[in-house]
Amino acid sequence: MVGNVAEAEDLTQEAFLQLHRKISTFRGDSAFSTWLHRLTINVVLMQLRRKGLHLVSLDEAMDPGPDESPGRSFGAPDPLLSGSIDRLALERAVASLPAGYRLIFILHDIEGFEHNEIASMLDCSIGNSKSQLHKARLKLRDALRTDSQKETRP
Amino acid sequence: MNRDTQEMSCEEFQSLLPDLIGSGEDLANHPHLINCDLCRTLLSDLETIAEAARQLLPPEEPPDRIWKQIESAIRNEGT
Repeated sequence: MVGNVAEAEDLTQEAFLQLHRKISTFRGDSAFSTWLHRLTINVVLMQLRRKGLHLVSLDEAMDPGPDESPGRSFGAPDPLLSGSIDRLALERAVASLPAGYRLIFILHDIEGFEHNEIASMLDCSIGNSKSQLHKARLKLRDALRTDSQKETRP
Repeated sequence: MNRDTQEMSCEEFQSLLPDLIGSGEDLANHPHLINCDLCRTLLSDLETIAEAARQLLPPEEPPDRIWKQIESAIRNEGT
């Protein structure tokens, strides 16, 4: 999620420290795993904000803004991505996603959480989770197609 | 699917895609896709990306030294 092992290790430690400090506030309103994921995601978002990314809250993370929205696919025919996507190209494309899109994409497509679980973790609607995931995939598609066009050019 | 669904524009279809994909239903026989190469290609690409993502970044356990550091940090907070 942060694209750096040392930073991920620091955040793991911070998340467990937060868990130790806040465990007494867990009231059992949600599953413990959901509560812990939410706490961990907040630790990650605070770190991203410290690094200067424009993330003020989970709401803002969920809405990267109009300039970063992916284009839709109308009019001109699009070349199909090949059946197998190069792993490194996909990793690069994921790393280049705006933080909010990357968060949803990792939680759903890589880590396998369902939209209702993500909605609960991020305190957003299920529709919002679906919509952000869709935009993330569209943006990845744009990035991967640009990448493969560069490779096929002489 | 009714007549309205068959005559859906690409823009209309694509605006419904997040919900259609999220519903988990098989879209292969959706009336719009039967006649639209553009949206069929788009859907195929999005499915390819989701499929490729499953092979990405397998969950990693933090190394043992991290657990030791966490244990030590928690102990220090308690004192």
